[in-house]
Amino acid sequence: MTRAARWSGWLYVLPALAMYAIFVLRPLGLTFQYSLYHWNGIGVARWAGLDNYLTVFTDGDLLKIIGNAFVLIIFFSFIPVGLGLLVASLVRRASGGPFGTVVRTILFLPQVIPLVAAGIAWSWLLSSNGVINQLLRAVGLGGWARAWLGEFDTALPSVGMIGAWVLLGLCTILLVTGMSKIDPALYEAARIDGAGPIREFLAVTLPSLRREIGVCLTVTVIAALASFDIVYIATAGGPGLQTTVPGLEIYRLAFAQRQVGLASALAIVLMVLVLVCVLPIQRLTRGDKA
Amino acid sequence: MRLSRRERLTGRAFLVALALITLLPFVSMLSAALQPRGTVPTGLAWPADPQWSNFVDAFTVANMAALLRSSLFITVGVVPVSVAIATMAGFGLGHLRVPGGRIAFGLLLIGLTLPFEAVVTPIYYQMRDLGLLNTRWAIVLPLIGLYMPFAVFWMRAHFTNVPQELSDAARVDGSTTWQLFWRVHVPLARPAIASLTILLFLWTWNQFLLAIVLVDDATERTMAGALGAFQGQWGTDQVLLCAGSLLILTPTLVVFLIFQRHFISALLQGSLKG
Repeated sequence: MTRAARWSGWLYVLPALAMYAIFVLRPLGLTFQYSLYHWNGIGVARWAGLDNYLTVFTDGDLLKIIGNAFVLIIFFSFIPVGLGLLVASLVRRASGGPFGTVVRTILFLPQVIPLVAAGIAWSWLLSSNGVINQLLRAVGLGGWARAWLGEFDTALPSVGMIGAWVLLGLCTILLVTGMSKIDPALYEAARIDGAGPIREFLAVTLPSLRREIGVCLTVTVIAALASFDIVYIATAGGPGLQTTVPGLEIYRLAFAQRQVGLASALAIVLMVLVLVCVLPIQRLTRGDKA
Repeated sequence: MRLSRRERLTGRAFLVALALITLLPFVSMLSAALQPRGTVPTGLAWPADPQWSNFVDAFTVANMAALLRSSLFITVGVVPVSVAIATMAGFGLGHLRVPGGRIAFGLLLIGLTLPFEAVVTPIYYQMRDLGLLNTRWAIVLPLIGLYMPFAVFWMRAHFTNVPQELSDAARVDGSTTWQLFWRVHVPLARPAIASLTILLFLWTWNQFLLAIVLVDDATERTMAGALGAFQGQWGTDQVLLCAGSLLILTPTLVVFLIFQRHFISALLQGSLKG
């Protein structure tokens, strides 16, 4: 190909790059710029230097809010991946036939509906008259019944369970699909060596599913750290700050409390946190391919 | 592979249990939606006299017709353009290998894990200055930009794997680059393009944050944004809320069930590559 022809290839790249520059790179630069000012969104901005970042890292409320996002990782990531691995090692092979199709379709439903809908549905399930309490009463645990999303101690784990419900199907199917690609001879060999189910899991299943586990962790960790929709709908961050997450706080600070500078600093911190958590996962699980 | 019968059955039992847990919220919403208006429903109880008319009420109250029109407008504004320009960029970066393409690609990678919350505030002021706030364009334009990292990444991955010889052969026949792209490469990329279309459709239809920040009027939003507004307005009327939510979900579910196979493979590939 001639040099001119290769340069003319930029004509193909430019439209996409332009839209990206206008609606992602420029705003990102602006977020960073705002983060260095005190600004209420209307009046004159005052230079703040790193004040806003200092606030993010020292203010007790903001630290708690960032901590909440990390607690959500336990529910959004560890539960779906853990349960998914358990199911995958029991099922071993993606089931074909009508059974497999029906199960897959059902397990994918939460991926298709908006998170807002998941939030609405679960607010109802977890409410005082909801199905969860109904089930508890039915098995004689009526004493445990409560307004799960409204009480201080149970609100955050309950929000976490909503995320777990959304992500469970995706993780399970990814892992089961990955499982069916493992060479069965590996298991035969392990059994001949006298490996029990646990050794077998550690020596064969876990290493072979490295890539799929990496994918599940990446998707779910981002979903936990950058969560917004579910929390906004199910609890609006309450009670108190129990379920407030960075995404919700950015929205509130920027549009309700008019502290655009602080909101932007938190936004930059959130972006960096996502990268800091996701890059090592990517490195660990795809090291050989990159 | 030999698995004992018991192992296989436990596996299946687990899958069935997971499927039931997944369905539970939908069933419970349906049971609440069919109770008489104005009553306080309990979690799961089939009503003696199912009030299917609640759905009719919800249809009117939620202004479903307007919501559908709005979501369609936004989807039609976002998806074809995004797919088109991402396919071109993927072709330029993955196949033509333009000089300096690595830098462009590196820039795009920054956006791959970017939470939308990180840019939504400047986008708000940007749209205000453009006079687009509270119009659907305020959702359409930024979404196209925000989808570019994933979409270009996706299409580039496809074009990188197409053998160069294919183009050389076409060039000998005297094709221009555009003809090469349009007649040879786009038809071959059809499966990748189809999956991308499905993913972008879903993400657009379900986009919430941009909708609530940039557009006040629920009838100018995406389906997810409208659903949020519906909950805000009817949150205390559990029966109507459940009926309305199910109704708002119906179009997505119908499309999903029809294209179920394509959706699942698109979502699986999407997360594997993303």
